[in-house]
Amino acid sequence: MLLLLAVHLAAAVVAPVLVRWMGRKAFWVLALAPAAAAAWALSWTSRVQAGDGPVESVEWIPVLGLDLTFRLDTLSWLMTLIVGGVGALVLIYCSAYFKTSAAGLGRFGGVFVAFSGAMLGLVTADDLLLLFTFWELTTVTSYLLIGHYAERKASRRAAMQAIVITTAGGLAMLVGLVLLGEAAGTYLLSEVIANPPQGSTAVTVAIVCLLAGAVTKSALIPFHFWLPAAMAAPTPVSAYLHAAAMVKAGVYLVARFAPAYSTDPTWVWIIVVLGCGTMLLGGYRALRQHDLKLILAFGTVSQLGLIVLLVGLGTRATALAGLAMLGAHAMFKAALFLVVGVVDAATGTRDLRRLSGVGRELKLTALAGALATASMIGLPPFAGYVAKEAGLEALGHLDDTTAGLIVLVAVSVGSVLTVAYGLRLWWGAFSTKPAVVPEAVSDSTEPGTSIHEAAHEKAEPAPITHPSLLLVWPAMILAVLGLAVALLPQLGEHLLAPYADTYPEGEPGHLVLWAGFTPTFVLTLAILLAGALLFVIRDRVERWQTAAYHGPEADRVYRRFMRRLDDVAADVTAVTQRGSLPLYLGLILVVFVVSVGGTALASTVFPSEVRWWDTPAQLVFAAGTIASALLVTRARRRLKAVILLGIGGYSVAGLFLLHGAPDLALTQVLVETVTLVVFVLVLRRLPPYFSDRPLAASRWVRLALGLAVGLTVAGIALVAPGARIHLPVSKDFAEEAYSFGGGKNIVNVTLVDIRAWDTMGEISVLLVAATGVASLVFLSRRGGAIYRADEARTERSVWGGTADPMAALRRPGGDRAQVDAGGMVADRDESAVPSSASRGREWLQAGRTLAPQRRSVIFEVVVRLLFHTMIVYSVYLLFSGHNAPGGGFAAGLVTGIALIVRYLAGGRYELGEAAPVQPGLLLGLGLFLSAGVGLLALLAGGEVLQSWIIDIHVPVIGDIHLVTSLFFDLGVYLVVVGLVLDILRSLGAEIDRRAETGEDPVGGDAVGGDAEGDVPAQVGVNAKPAGWDGSVP
Amino acid sequence: MIDMSPNIVLVVTIGVLFAAGVYLLLERSLSRVLIGVILIGNGANLLFLVAGGAAGRPPIVGNEPEGRMSDPLPQAMVLTAIVITLGMTAFLLAMAYRSWQLHRHDEVQDDVEDRRIARLAAVDERAFADLDTEVAAETLDEEAAEARDETDEGAPATVREVHP
Repeated sequence: MLLLLAVHLAAAVVAPVLVRWMGRKAFWVLALAPAAAAAWALSWTSRVQAGDGPVESVEWIPVLGLDLTFRLDTLSWLMTLIVGGVGALVLIYCSAYFKTSAAGLGRFGGVFVAFSGAMLGLVTADDLLLLFTFWELTTVTSYLLIGHYAERKASRRAAMQAIVITTAGGLAMLVGLVLLGEAAGTYLLSEVIANPPQGSTAVTVAIVCLLAGAVTKSALIPFHFWLPAAMAAPTPVSAYLHAAAMVKAGVYLVARFAPAYSTDPTWVWIIVVLGCGTMLLGGYRALRQHDLKLILAFGTVSQLGLIVLLVGLGTRATALAGLAMLGAHAMFKAALFLVVGVVDAATGTRDLRRLSGVGRELKLTALAGALATASMIGLPPFAGYVAKEAGLEALGHLDDTTAGLIVLVAVSVGSVLTVAYGLRLWWGAFSTKPAVVPEAVSDSTEPGTSIHEAAHEKAEPAPITHPSLLLVWPAMILAVLGLAVALLPQLGEHLLAPYADTYPEGEPGHLVLWAGFTPTFVLTLAILLAGALLFVIRDRVERWQTAAYHGPEADRVYRRFMRRLDDVAADVTAVTQRGSLPLYLGLILVVFVVSVGGTALASTVFPSEVRWWDTPAQLVFAAGTIASALLVTRARRRLKAVILLGIGGYSVAGLFLLHGAPDLALTQVLVETVTLVVFVLVLRRLPPYFSDRPLAASRWVRLALGLAVGLTVAGIALVAPGARIHLPVSKDFAEEAYSFGGGKNIVNVTLVDIRAWDTMGEISVLLVAATGVASLVFLSRRGGAIYRADEARTERSVWGGTADPMAALRRPGGDRAQVDAGGMVADRDESAVPSSASRGREWLQAGRTLAPQRRSVIFEVVVRLLFHTMIVYSVYLLFSGHNAPGGGFAAGLVTGIALIVRYLAGGRYELGEAAPVQPGLLLGLGLFLSAGVGLLALLAGGEVLQSWIIDIHVPVIGDIHLVTSLFFDLGVYLVVVGLVLDILRSLGAEIDRRAETGEDPVGGDAVGGDAEGDVPAQVGVNAKPAGWDGSVP
Repeated sequence: MIDMSPNIVLVVTIGVLFAAGVYLLLERSLSRVLIGVILIGNGANLLFLVAGGAAGRPPIVGNEPEGRMSDPLPQAMVLTAIVITLGMTAFLLAMAYRSWQLHRHDEVQDDVEDRRIARLAAVDERAFADLDTEVAAETLDEEAAEARDETDEGAPATVREVHP
């Protein structure tokens, strides 16, 4: 069975390609998949009949006890035949039905086969959860099929309605399945059925939930309305959906669980009420439709009520009749839909008021339609007759005579309606009518107008063409089959009886063609006569139905309900999603304080023994940290806040050092430095002061919440050290680091070897953050141009600000000479190229690109002297990091700071000279190096990211102790350098460039706070966030 | 085994860092929020070290007897955290800059979409179009009249007399 499912899946996947390649002939190939399923089922017929069907089980998710278990018993066998056989015929029909140029045929074919495969899985699954999986797959694929014409509003709406209703039912069913599986102690369907849990409330709830799934899927009242609306799907889909798949899934579920639960009163009442109600309502509504497909759709609703009633009632006789009806219905309903499709293709309409003379033109089609209709209305000797006869016979012999009588009456009345709408369908489609309704009237928005009110003598009926004969054969095969199987009723009984025998109650039923003049036969005759009479007086029936009270239509109720649901959702959203970040954060923190702090207060033992400090020096740094933190909260000026933050950060570095973590202290100091620079780069643009806040109540709330969180975390800090009950994992790190990692610095070895995966994740985050920064600034590109000193334009001096009248005088000698020679400064791109002679006189390569008043000779000299030293130092940190404090992070940060210094001293052209690479390259290379080294270890036979230690003796230099994780660290180094470079190039260089070109309106001076007066003018009214009571200075 | 009693000075420092951080975090100015996040980050890093036990000598093999070393595992975690904080600082600052570009300030405003939904909900208007809720939509018959498949054309119509 898994193989068959795989075939369906493969066919579904290749369908689009196949259709593009072969056109609509591809449907022939696709039809092989369902045909294979049907053939497979046929080949097992005798063994299934003997109760020896195949069972297949493959472990799927062992943790959940979920296996791919399949089983073929009589019910599954019948369903597989229907699903596969009808599926194959419908697919063949498709190959002639659609226009060659029809849109989306590839997708359609794929989804159709997938749908068929999902149905196959559904009817053969022997695991409750697997059943549910396939159930939902049919829901999704049917959604796609119903919404095939996605550009049509009606299609979208019908598809959405179908998926909403069937998914809701499916979820209820899942609950039922889980309840049942838990109560039974097994999720194996066959075992649950064999030993069904009984009696408890949970089981009753499970039954109701299961039936909710079946009722929604099988379109029983009150959820029947999605099925007629689903006729927005292409006709072949309707044929498959109504006859073999989807709605039959619900019937299958009822039939599957009926042997176990048909004695339960809850089950019986739901089945009786919904089955009878659906049968009557569907028949009643079908009488009045003008669209042939709608007649059939409501007819399906009615028939589903009957079938569910028969298989659900729970005696062996009704079960046998129900199964026979299931098969008969599949044949005649599929045939009728296909026939209607032919009529539609031939005439361009399905409105029976516009059709006349179709039967004379399309004789074969009319014949197929007649055979199928005869089966539907239960005319002997057709399958529908045999099944219905058996059903009536069985209903007449129910033990519970009252309920039996009610059901018998309802089924008889329903059958009368079936006869009436069946005849009306055939008459509407094929008869030659004396007069038809003109096209204009049938298109009018008055849908209730009957043919007799609006018919016009002179009106031309819809023109008829002759579609391909290929369209007729599938319908003809199904219709003739409906006759053939009826001629061998004993064979059907023989094949289906094993299923009926699984029911606990009742005498076994029989399928016969002629049982003599029994009361049942008389009843059948009466039904046929009454139905025919109802057909003859169809005008009066129609008029009466139009005039009669309709009651609320289920579809309208559904829409109104959805509207209310939307309203409630909007109200809930409005209350809970306020869109305010402080509110959300506050809520999260309150939950944190209440849950963690509350637990701490209620049940935690605080340590009895504490130390005031490890060394008194901690007190100094702690005081620095605390003081700066408190002052930061009070700072109004951004620059002040940032500098205080930096002081706090350096103090924390001191605490790290005192704690015995030199690596942390080093990294913290470096990061703090870079942070300070990044802040200042951005603060150049932001207003110098934080916007003013009056001493509002919210401030006290924030203060209180801050104190609460602070106390809670302090409590955690008190408890956490003593909470340890095991030896630390890091106990053996020292030993492991040296012998396996080949390094003495345990922290560094932890980063690059022991916990290298963490580091890998972390540098990935850095890469993402760097890319994010660049994207937020450059917006449409990953990074801007690399600025080289010889490309700089002379008239736009970097950081120039206001025009400097003395600019020419302040230029270094080399430039002045050019000014003298050329006579003007501007527009001389090429003349800006410094001669090698003049370059030699500069401390920095791009110093000349700076506005003269921004240059500082001392700074340039210092940078010139320091830069290479810093680079050498960073390389030292990188290589020594394995054995002493340092490593890739620290080294990368030192290199980053070296670049920062170059940028600050010489502007963006100097940065371009210092690092003429795109940061993206560094980031990618770094990550690639780290990951690549890890993979190399895999190639070398080790685990991913395993380190290898290589000792080489080189003459002169001495012994070299090389650990492969050094390359990992090199990757880390490159990523960190890439991050800093990205920051400098976007928040530094790009913002500079925009200020110079005027893309960013520059407010006040750089970083400055001196231009206080400017701020309100620029910030303007917009700065005040709506709904916030603050004001801007 | 490392001494596992808590260090009060560090505990107090952590508490203050968190309190100040949360106070700033609940602000609307993005740069203040960011400063709050950094303070909380510093506090959390210290918390890691405190949870790892008392101070000790640097965890470098060979220099110190093993028993006196501080726990290296939290240090490795904190080291990555410090660098990640740098990445996040840069990202939030880039956001602040972008906010300044668009609105000339760096205040985090209420979500416009959330406010729109709330406003519409207050007057019972729908915030989005939903086919399933159109009560006054087309009837089944009207929809049926429009539902046509892209069918094959077939042979041309035969000429014949329709009305007897």
